[in-house]
Formats: sequence, structure tokens, C-alpha cells
Amino acid sequence: MSEHVAIVIVSHSADVAKGTADMVRQMVGDEVRLAWTGGDPDGGLGTDVAKIKDAIESVVGEPGVAMLVDLGGAETNSEMAIEQLDDGLQDKVRICNAPIVEGAVMAATEASGGGSLEEVCATAEELSG
Amino acid sequence: MSPEQKARLIDAAVETIRSNADQLTELDRAIGDGDHGLNMKRGFEAIAEERDALAELPWPQAFQKAGMALVMKVGGASGPLYGSLLMQMGKAAPEAFGSLDEVIAAFTAGIEAVMKRGKSTTGEKTMLDVLVPVNEALKAAQANGGNGPAALAAARQAADEGLAATNPMQATKGRASFLGERSIGHDDPGATSSRLLIHAVCDVLETSA
Repeated sequence: MSEHVAIVIVSHSADVAKGTADMVRQMVGDEVRLAWTGGDPDGGLGTDVAKIKDAIESVVGEPGVAMLVDLGGAETNSEMAIEQLDDGLQDKVRICNAPIVEGAVMAATEASGGGSLEEVCATAEELSG
Repeated sequence: MSPEQKARLIDAAVETIRSNADQLTELDRAIGDGDHGLNMKRGFEAIAEERDALAELPWPQAFQKAGMALVMKVGGASGPLYGSLLMQMGKAAPEAFGSLDEVIAAFTAGIEAVMKRGKSTTGEKTMLDVLVPVNEALKAAQANGGNGPAALAAARQAADEGLAATNPMQATKGRASFLGERSIGHDDPGATSSRLLIHAVCDVLETSA
């Protein structure tokens, strides 16, 4: 398990999610566990609860997971995915109220410095003023 | 309600979404991201695939299973919203509905779940602007000692009026809220799909009452 808070990126677009992840990686390398997902169950624009849940489970560790999501459905579906996690994990995952690209980069930077889940989200959320 | 009647309810709901998917998408293209019809169709096709199994289940399990299919398959916000509605109705539903009171109790629980999930309430140009008035109409019919047909007629009328009321509203929730005042003058896609489903259910209940 990673000693840093992990990051999960959820966009309606797989390209946006992957591109955001690329920018995070450039910033923090492999220090922070990172997963991304985008696209609806048929591969169109949208989000997929099952894939979001898989993404969270692939990176979750003791310090928790900060999620960056884009528009409405990504948030609603992420909330749904979190509720489907095992009881012990649900409290370890938070959706940051921040713009997805800038938020992910800021959150990952804070995470790589050893910030707590609360600090990571707070750093990202400063962006939304 | 027999499994055959439940299957007719499922068929009616699926059919109204199938045949109106293009209209829902058109409405959503005007003030949203243009995927409501496609997303709802994907969700209800998933329900259609489980039709026979769903029809055999008692209401709590049937609602939960159908709701979960929507959550997992829709891919947009309407999945968790309609999914939460059905799943919470399932938690509040009796094995078999014996009275309008029980229907109202389950529907109320479902609507509260939609409000919580969507962080929304009435007057924000959403599906709640149809669901809440329909529930109020059922409560009024119940209080007036109305019979089944009267309650169904009241529910239909409330759905029609609720949808019409979304047209002049300015959206403050969802993608439509980005448009600000430009969201005024359009029917809300979610309210439209809710009205379609209410009508489909009422039509079946009327002929099987």
C-alpha cells in the first residue's frame, strides 16, 4: 500500500481523463498512485460506475483517495461508486470540489509531499475559490 | 400484482423510453449534453433484458434490481438519479402493495433519495418538478378518499402540469444551469422522461385495476 494519498480522475471523456493523468505523472512521477477512467459503459462520452469503482479499488490504501471529477454525472456516478465500496473503504475516499485538470495536478503535488487526504483536497479546492 | 402485470409495467416503461429516446435527446441537446435519450434507452434496455426475472420478484427486490441496472448502465447523471429513486422505493416497498398509502410511502422515500443524490429540490428545472407534484396529487387523492382511477387521473395531470412548469424555469442544477437565462423556454429533459414514465405506469395500472 502506498504511503501517499492516491488520486483518481473521472471524466466524461477517456481522452481528458488520460491526458489529465499524463499531466499529473509529469508533475509527480510514480510517487503517487494514480488511476483514471472516462467514458460510459458503451465507450461514448459519460461515466461508468463499475469502472469508477475499479479505479478506486486499484489505488486505495491507508492514506485514502482524492477524486477529481468533471461535470455532474461524473460526480453523481462517483458518489454511487463510493457507496458500493466495502464499508471500511468508503470513509477513505473523497471527491474534491475543484476543476479536474488543475485540481488533479495540485492534489497530486500535495499528496506527493505527504499531505493527508484532508490537506490534499483542501489544496485542490483552493482553486475553486 | 401478478408477474404478468409486473411484466406489462416493465414493458410499458421500456417502450415509452425507446419510442421517445430521440425526443429526449433533442431536448437535452438544447439545454444539456444531448445524451439523455441515449442514456435512458441504454438503462431501460438493461431492464428489458431482465424483464422476466424482475417480474417474478417481490417489489423490494424488483425495484432494487431495476434501480441497480440503471445505475450501472446509464452512464450519465440520470442513472444514479433514477436508480436511487427505484432502489429507495425498493427499500420502502412492501412485498405487495395493498393500498395507495403504501405506494405513496414508497414513492416519497424514492423522491427523497433523488433530492439527496441530486442535491436538488423543486423549482430547479429537474425531474423533481414532475415527481413531487405527482406525489402530492396522490396524497391529495388519498386524503379525498379518491378511488384508483381518480388517483391515476390526478397523477397524470400533475405530471403534465409539472413538466409544463419547467419550461419557463431557469435551470440551477445540472448542465443546463451553465446556460443561465438561456435555459428558459425549454422543457426539461429529465422532467420529460419522468412524465413519460408516470404516464406509462398509469396507463398499465388503469387497465389492470
